[in-house]
Amino acid sequence: MSTSTQTVAVAAPTEAPARHWHRKKKPPLSEGARAERKLGLLLCAPAVIVMIGVAAYPICYAVYLSLQRYNLAFPNAVKFVGLSNYGAVLSSPYWWQALKVTVIITIFSVLFELVLGMALAQVMFRTIFGRGFMRTVALIPYGIVTVAAAYGWLYAWTPNEGYLSALFSNSAPLTSTVPSLAIIILAEVWKTTPFMALLLLSGLAQVPGDLEKAARVDGATVWQRFTRITLPLMKPAILVALLFRGADAFRIFDNIYVLTGGGHNTYSVSILGYDNLFSALNLGIGSAISILIFICVAIMAAVFIWGFGVKAPGADLAK
Amino acid sequence: MATTTRQKAGWGAANAVTFVVIAIPLLWIASLSFKTPAAITDPSFWPAQWTWGNYSGILTNSTFVRPLLNSIGIGLIATFIAVVFASMAAYAVARLAMPGKRLIVAGALLISIFPQISLVTPLYNIERSLSLFNTWPGLIIPYIAFGLPMAVYILAAFFQQIPWQLEKAAKVDGATPWQAFTKVIAPLAAPGMVTSAILVFMFCWNEFLFAISLTSTTSARTAPAALAFFSGGSQFTTPTGPIAAAAVVITIPIIIFVSVFQRRIVSGLTSGAVKG
Repeated sequence: MSTSTQTVAVAAPTEAPARHWHRKKKPPLSEGARAERKLGLLLCAPAVIVMIGVAAYPICYAVYLSLQRYNLAFPNAVKFVGLSNYGAVLSSPYWWQALKVTVIITIFSVLFELVLGMALAQVMFRTIFGRGFMRTVALIPYGIVTVAAAYGWLYAWTPNEGYLSALFSNSAPLTSTVPSLAIIILAEVWKTTPFMALLLLSGLAQVPGDLEKAARVDGATVWQRFTRITLPLMKPAILVALLFRGADAFRIFDNIYVLTGGGHNTYSVSILGYDNLFSALNLGIGSAISILIFICVAIMAAVFIWGFGVKAPGADLAK
Repeated sequence: MATTTRQKAGWGAANAVTFVVIAIPLLWIASLSFKTPAAITDPSFWPAQWTWGNYSGILTNSTFVRPLLNSIGIGLIATFIAVVFASMAAYAVARLAMPGKRLIVAGALLISIFPQISLVTPLYNIERSLSLFNTWPGLIIPYIAFGLPMAVYILAAFFQQIPWQLEKAAKVDGATPWQAFTKVIAPLAAPGMVTSAILVFMFCWNEFLFAISLTSTTSARTAPAALAFFSGGSQFTTPTGPIAAAAVVITIPIIIFVSVFQRRIVSGLTSGAVKG
């Protein structure tokens, strides 16, 4: 590899403007470099094939399905209908309700997780006694099967059975919208705050201790040190954590499925898509919903990466 | 820095609060799983009547045992394949000069934030036409795809820290690139592979949406999906106890995992994501 780059560097000054012409003239790769390239492509092939086969191809297929009138109950009535499925979804109050619920859950759960995760990261960072034990404990909610934990919350809030319901005078919060959403957010926050804390913890560990000491000598209070030094230095870690958790919260499904089944207007976009496929058996509409959700997440990622300048994780891996 | 007793007490209290907040929901499920159907209606944490009945009930019932075996089998196979594929790709990304690296990393990132529901509809249709619906491979294949990005990140970050002079030395001694990979680097990379295997397995163990969408019977349904289809021992008993017992059963491996591999899991979760 090094030989070929050297040749390019030597030849570049005079030929720089005519780049493609220059590229064609690039001397053939040495045998070793060619073998390396071939091996690299071979090694990547299985992973790439699986990722294309399971993600890229189906999403293209979903675009195709979304342009059809396709109901599994009437398999012979499949017909190309253009964008009318999108029209049907976008003019349906169900879609907007689902989007509203999803956005509310995403914003509130990520916000709480950020604040609590930051606190937990501080605890895990500063604590001297039982560090390993505390990290193990914090990993349990992250690792626990979401559905299993969700049943715990469901029964905890069941009137006459659950300890949390008993605490709130045997109320039945899972039978109305706002309390249900609060419980769904609680279940999300309980489960994912430790993950957030771990991501933030490794950002925290990169803040140089000297800076804090210097600020302390200069008489900065704890709060000033946190907001003026720790937070700005942790900004990249925070943004990456927000992107990952935001995208993850947006696809919320398990907790809602178990806690309310989407009832009382608590269905998220994922629940709506699922119901359209398995209750209404409508592949066309279901696919249109799928594509719209995909677009929402893509916009979110784009805003983070280009808007906030999140350095895409792993960018340095490909150097 | 000098820590005063008061500070120590403060952090100790913070630890205690964290512990309690995490432990209570877990203890609650455990307590439910030991309650008799009559005692379920008592919201106390200490069962009025203790029973093993919920456990013996689910563990002798194929509506849970079969999904549990499916979970183990599908999880292990998907994890194994994902880690093998990811190691190969990560080695190429971290070490070899070749075009398209950025595309692979970007693709992996895209999949890791991908909304799974967007794939459920097309995969459902594709799998039905390929007769993969409601089979082990029907779940294994998507699990590999969604486990790969995580594993590629962890392993690529890990591979970059390996002393590669060893590989050069092997090549000087006449090893082909493939031999250098399998004989020298792979053993050094084993810890990274273990870390990614744990995280991928935990993902498969936890997955719910594909598990309920791409299966229709217990022949491929995994344990989390089976929980959602539980009904009581008879029409008249509530499934609360059995569901709680099943939840405990599928949580035990996770608790063992995080206790044994705490360090690895923490380093794996944070390796690809934040150092960038």
